Amino acid sequence: MTLSLEELQQIARIEKDRREGFQHRIKICVAAGCLSCQSATLKEAMEKEVSRRGMENWVDVKGVGCLGLCTAGPLVFVEPDGILYQGVKVSDAGPIIESLGAEPIDALHCSTDLPFFARQHKVVLENCGRIDPERIEDYIAEGGYYALYQALRNMTPREVIQEITRGGLRGRGGAGYPTGLKWTTVAKAVNATKYVICNADEGDPGAFMDRSVLESDPHRVLEGMAIAAYAVGAAQGFIYVRAEYPLAVKRLRTAIAHAERLGVLGNGIFNTRFRFDVRVRLGAGAFVCGEETALMASIEGRLGKPRPRPPYPAEYGLWGCPTLINNVETFANVAPIIRNGGAWFAGIGTETSKGTKVFALAGRVNHTGLIEVPMGTMLRDIVFEIGGGIPRGGRFKAVQTGGPSGGCIPEQYLDMPVDYESLAEAGSIMGSGGMIIMDESSCMVDVAKFFMEFCMSESCGKCVPCRVGTTQLYHLLCKITSGAAQPSDLDKIEELCDLVKNTALCGLGQTAPNPVMSTLHYFRDEYTAHIEDKVCPAKACKMQPAKEVV
Amino acid sequence: MTQTAADASQSVQTNPKQSQDRRWRSVNRTIRLNGNQPDALIETLHAVQESFGYIDLDAMQYVARELTVPLSRVYAVATFYHYFTLKPPGDHTCVVCMGTACYIGGSTAILDSIHEGFGISPGETTPDGKVSLLTARCLGSCGLAPAAVFDGEVAGKLDAATVVEKIARWADHDSES
Repeated sequence: MTLSLEELQQIARIEKDRREGFQHRIKICVAAGCLSCQSATLKEAMEKEVSRRGMENWVDVKGVGCLGLCTAGPLVFVEPDGILYQGVKVSDAGPIIESLGAEPIDALHCSTDLPFFARQHKVVLENCGRIDPERIEDYIAEGGYYALYQALRNMTPREVIQEITRGGLRGRGGAGYPTGLKWTTVAKAVNATKYVICNADEGDPGAFMDRSVLESDPHRVLEGMAIAAYAVGAAQGFIYVRAEYPLAVKRLRTAIAHAERLGVLGNGIFNTRFRFDVRVRLGAGAFVCGEETALMASIEGRLGKPRPRPPYPAEYGLWGCPTLINNVETFANVAPIIRNGGAWFAGIGTETSKGTKVFALAGRVNHTGLIEVPMGTMLRDIVFEIGGGIPRGGRFKAVQTGGPSGGCIPEQYLDMPVDYESLAEAGSIMGSGGMIIMDESSCMVDVAKFFMEFCMSESCGKCVPCRVGTTQLYHLLCKITSGAAQPSDLDKIEELCDLVKNTALCGLGQTAPNPVMSTLHYFRDEYTAHIEDKVCPAKACKMQPAKEVV
Repeated sequence: MTQTAADASQSVQTNPKQSQDRRWRSVNRTIRLNGNQPDALIETLHAVQESFGYIDLDAMQYVARELTVPLSRVYAVATFYHYFTLKPPGDHTCVVCMGTACYIGGSTAILDSIHEGFGISPGETTPDGKVSLLTARCLGSCGLAPAAVFDGEVAGKLDAATVVEKIARWADHDSES
């Protein structure tokens, strides 16, 4: 079955009319964060209250994706009044329905004028918290799949890539490789079979951007993948997603089924000769599978161990075929670029980092949740304006970006624009977008140890520098946090960091020393306090010399 | 809810392929949907674990045969990926998130107090088989740190006392029933 533009527009029109038919629309966040605060029960209660009052025909209750401010969940948004309620309990369902059209309930009201909302710029998250992720019609009503139509019917693959290149989009998985360039390489590769893979193996602890996008707006990712497949000449796509995200997996599978039924995935999409199928592949809890060559091995059903590059996946990827691998957020940016043009996208952000970036704000900060800001936004604005500062009058100490591959950025860099280059200069990386704020109660040596333990147990064991190096580094850090270290241990750590960084096989190993190196660079006095004075300045470490440490 | 090792191996003896056991039928469905392809190994192991709660040797042998994959590779994959477990879980499972936000929020203290109260460390089950303790790398519920999953339900903004109380309730409730 194929779909025409008229039919697509008709679906959008019907959906919009349906919405207009309701006098009030109550949107309840049913993404993982709010669900764990019982938002599903709240939705049921709300529906019951509506039907008890016989208001089904003019009050719409629907589940939507992430509304952003996870810390204040469950969140409820009432349209068209534009009222946001926070921390809504089941018992609040009745009063909220009664207040419709009258004064909002003060006790639950959360102002959307807060910098948390006002300072954001939504491109990737434009539909998050607005549409029902389990209804394709809702996505289409927001202009969904129109970019795919435009690409397939009015543009050549070459023009699609040119538009992406003009937009200056760079990989959102962390490394920031120019997306247009990657697509060009795969498009140029000569092979009958090519693949497109969406990397949704969001393994960085402290990051939940991809999860939220998949849970809130899965069709956007599918549309981006389909456009990419058309551009590079692929017919089969895979989404490799963590098994730890069951809700994201479920919504993705629903989205794929709906898209196939409608004909925006499958054979002869929009009456062209283009066909594209997508399959979901589950990860199984191996961080290293976020590395592209390990990820492909895992899709093939093998151990997730990386191999040396080159050859890059663009030439020799899945089952030896040219393969395009991009991250969830990268694909999520594709449809808006095609819809609005590369020039529009290039107008957002900085000279070298275009567009916006989604961050998962967590740790010691008042407003934890999901945010999207233009590239180049000052770190201070993110922490103190959008994030609302440090809770309980605490003092900012550092912000950790890039997870186990990144570093800790201290206070003196707060007035730094957040873009790929500035973060690298400060000794960290953009990473996929996890941003953990730390206050004085965090011991930076312990933080380094935390990440080293992570890298040690997530090392696949293939190459010696990573397998042995991370273990030795971890034991040295244990020695420091237990008060058993000597000054010479610091030299050993530095030497080992250098060695692992320069000799490990894949990105996991090469970047594993980053948390140690950055904390050692900015917080060396904390290391020396542990070693020389045998005290932990943050009082986080139990300083008892352990006997069994190496 | 969870199955014992004896249950599972009994099912194997009655030839899983023809088994009417709902659990094996779900595994067989996954194998069939993927056309018995070797690259569906991880998918199939997911199906086994979802059905039985863990993956035992009999199941591995069956999967190896059906997908024409060496048993050594099935074992390698089942042990390489952290998500798979070869040990039967307890009646109740508590998964404490050890992601960065939860760590900053005090998940280590939660683990310590569980150890103090019930004598189990991550990866262990209480001797009476009632409660298993596991850790997760990150649940992605960082906005609600520290978080944990109690029998499949995510709970956030926890502290050590709440967690210990929840686990204690499992133990009490079961001894009454």
